[in-house]
Amino acid sequence: MTANKPRIKLPESAKAGEIIEIKTLIAHVMETGLRKDANGRVVPRDTINTFTAAFAGKAVFKATLHPATAANPFIHFTMRVPGPGEFEFVWTDDAGAKIIEKMKLNVIV
Amino acid sequence: MPNCPDVRHHPEERAGLSVLERRDVLIGGAAAASLLAVFSTAFAQDKQPPAELDAALKAIMGDAKPADGKIAMELPDIAENGNTVPYALTVESPMTEADFVKTIHILATANPQAGIASYSFTPASGRAFVAGRMRLARSQDIVTVAELSNGKFLLGRRSVKVTIGGCGG
Repeated sequence: MTANKPRIKLPESAKAGEIIEIKTLIAHVMETGLRKDANGRVVPRDTINTFTAAFAGKAVFKATLHPATAANPFIHFTMRVPGPGEFEFVWTDDAGAKIIEKMKLNVIV
Repeated sequence: MPNCPDVRHHPEERAGLSVLERRDVLIGGAAAASLLAVFSTAFAQDKQPPAELDAALKAIMGDAKPADGKIAMELPDIAENGNTVPYALTVESPMTEADFVKTIHILATANPQAGIASYSFTPASGRAFVAGRMRLARSQDIVTVAELSNGKFLLGRRSVKVTIGGCGG
């Protein structure tokens, strides 16, 4: 399944040194591979298994998701703002396909 | 009123009605029975051997002995829908280069698979905090393991009651 455009929530502005909250949501079935369809056939597994967040080229956070993560994975985490920069969020599915989203953080100097 | 059993109807019409009703009942009953069968087999398969949790814990910690507590687990006491149960985990930590939380693992004790998710932090994370949503097949304990930068481990455990299980999850 091709996932939709992820939704990302960043604070409108942040100061260097401040700890900010980041919320991300991506539309995805997160099919477990354990479920059977109406005909008794196993529905093949299809999940987002990895999510990474980097800021200004430096890794900040990584999530390894198992099938017990609910559909449309929502991930809420924090970062201490090192200075101005841009986020790079990457979601990877079981087939290895990546969804990459970049977003600038408005850092007030 | 073809769907309403009424004694005042003509006998033939009533006969037709009762056939219809019986068929409805039969179909309904069969559907309910097969649904029940699906659920019961799902539950039978869901039964996670405790060995799997132990194996998952061993894979994370090796033979290290974890310390209890210090992990704040925000979970609902009763989750109405096992398909999406919110959680928030926080570990007290200064999150400096010298002392930070490397990873928080969240594990299920009665899901088909033990692993729910693992989150890796860096000192740049600022806080060892993460929130997400998980699937729970039934009421069970949730186990969290925090891996610290000094090689130590913390363990947390809390129970969640699930009203409707996230079947197959």
